Amino acid sequence: MEPKTLFDKIWDAHVVKQVEGGPNVVYIDRHFIHEVTSPVAFLGLEKRGLKVLRPEKTTATPDHNVPTINQHESIKDELSRNQVEALKNNCTKHGITHHGLGTEGHGVVHIIGPEMGLTQPGMTIVCGDSHTSTHGAFGAIAFGIGTSEVEMVFASQCIMQPKPKKMKIAVNGTLKEGVTAKDIALYVIAQISTSGGTGHFIEFAGSAIESLTMEGRMTLCNMSIECGARGGMIAPDETTFEYVQGREHAPKGEEWDKALAYWKTLKTDEGAEFDTIYEYDAADIEPMITFGTNPGMGAKIKSSIPTGDDLSGSDKISFDKSLEYMGFNPGDQLEGKAIDYVFVGSCTNGRIEDFRAIASFVKGKQKAENVITWLVPGSKAVEKQIIAEGLDKIFEEAGFALRQPGCSACLAMNDDKIPAGKYSVSTSNRNFEGRQGPGARTLLASPLVAAAAAVTGKITDPRDIM
Amino acid sequence: MPIDKFKTLTSPGIPLPIENVDTDQIIPARFLKAVERKGFGDNLFRDWRYDSNNELIEDFALNNPKYSGEILIAGKNFGSGSSREHAAWAIYDHGLKVVVSSFFADIFKGNALNNGLLPVQVSEDFLTQLFETIEKDPKSSFEVNLKEQTFENKATGESVSFEINPYKKECLLNGYDDIDYLVNMKDEIEQFEKNR
Ligand code: SF4
Repeated sequence: MEPKTLFDKIWDAHVVKQVEGGPNVVYIDRHFIHEVTSPVAFLGLEKRGLKVLRPEKTTATPDHNVPTINQHESIKDELSRNQVEALKNNCTKHGITHHGLGTEGHGVVHIIGPEMGLTQPGMTIVCGDSHTSTHGAFGAIAFGIGTSEVEMVFASQCIMQPKPKKMKIAVNGTLKEGVTAKDIALYVIAQISTSGGTGHFIEFAGSAIESLTMEGRMTLCNMSIECGARGGMIAPDETTFEYVQGREHAPKGEEWDKALAYWKTLKTDEGAEFDTIYEYDAADIEPMITFGTNPGMGAKIKSSIPTGDDLSGSDKISFDKSLEYMGFNPGDQLEGKAIDYVFVGSCTNGRIEDFRAIASFVKGKQKAENVITWLVPGSKAVEKQIIAEGLDKIFEEAGFALRQPGCSACLAMNDDKIPAGKYSVSTSNRNFEGRQGPGARTLLASPLVAAAAAVTGKITDPRDIM
Repeated sequence: MPIDKFKTLTSPGIPLPIENVDTDQIIPARFLKAVERKGFGDNLFRDWRYDSNNELIEDFALNNPKYSGEILIAGKNFGSGSSREHAAWAIYDHGLKVVVSSFFADIFKGNALNNGLLPVQVSEDFLTQLFETIEKDPKSSFEVNLKEQTFENKATGESVSFEINPYKKECLLNGYDDIDYLVNMKDEIEQFEKNR
């Protein structure tokens, strides 16, 4: 038999039909929806007089629009409230499980799926949200789709997609202390640029990747979309199986044994071919931070902003425009730059491991006075765990505020906005102009780097004060 | 929603020589709160078209009366970022039918095609020439022929061909969409479910 990649094995097993001269009709195992990209799809469905074909395969939660304080009150912003209510009503009407605001299962859609065991190896998973790539950490094919495609999944449990090309990104060796999955992500994107992965699906491999926890793997796969790839994935292994086992929707008993036997076959065969391969040495990766307005504009904290002298034409214009927005000069040192806000949360770094890392870092330290810090758990379950472990006490003593779950300041769609001109060290995934609020200046970094900035009030290498 | 049939069009182009235009710029998140597909065109490039006092920024290409037409010509790596289909809706609802760039982000391209908006990918050199042509004469026009898969710069007479998936081309030319196709496949899909 011809050797196959992990991606091929899963994709091929889900092709219902190859349309002549066109895309594949791909069967979808798991569909997640949120309030922003689903209402028009529901409307479209109804206009055609159709029903949701397999409502049990779709799970819903409102996350983008929700406030992260006083969630028991009704949402103040009328448009946000409408969208959140529309989701609930549509779910009721179509028999879809809905984890509403304030309920046990509520959270950012890409956080709750894995937590509940809905995300499993070998699955095809889609959501009208680009960071669906997060679920690839389990050895699933997971990617974001548009609203028309959400409607397709509702109507047929399938979507139509051309098969992407395959890329392998191997990171071998041992990560240095203080270097996390987020740093790997920012490092890789800085290397291959925000369009380097376009047209491809990435498999992350190598010993440094294998050493990551499931949380770390989710952070990395989450950010795979930021280099333009359709998604990223990691072959499932013992770390994966251990994480999935026992979760609410994970297979049980005999079903588990059967599933496990199949999952163990999900790896790239020796000799299977990739269209593109990149290899990196874990020892070259240092704590990173971004300085510009796309996730590819990142650098080691202990370095300076590039001068841009090697650029010309429109590349140079874009670079200058970006630095101007950020209020930075070419060649500036990154370390020591003053910051105003710290946001910890999002589907990139809003999991329990992220809050544990921060708690152990800030324990016994104090938040810098001039910094406003928002700690936003990715889900109700994460919030509960923070409290159960007493991390909230540590945060409180250090002067940090713990908020309630939601997308929060990851995007300027709810009340948590960074004011114009302010610098925000953020553990989220996008530093586009205005992403955290009109005029807001976002610096993407790991939870450790965010915690260090919160303590010193400036860009700081966490290793210097660990 | 069924899409409009794509007809050959000749029109001047609106230049946006900026790279990495992401979907947060095309339509900022705060405008995604609608529950219907309505009014997105008004907020296309909102933060570039209006200043913080909600005054029109006259210089910006979409506001500048010098430029007109149904073709947006943009710098490389257009449409990166979020999967929001609202980006394609905003462009289409604003009256644009074609976006030309030297590179498109994947999800955006798919979303555009699903809504009757044609992404035309050209070489970087050709793109630079297009910007030059418009700079010389903003009224000079371009012809987009989907059937022949050609894009012509009328001012220079140079015509290039562009790629499009044959299935998607048929859909666009005839105004079909994928949902019709999939709904007609119901039996095959059920058979697939049984055989797994
Ligand atoms: S946390 Fe941010 S990136 Fe993740 S789903 Fe919410 S808005 Fe999107």
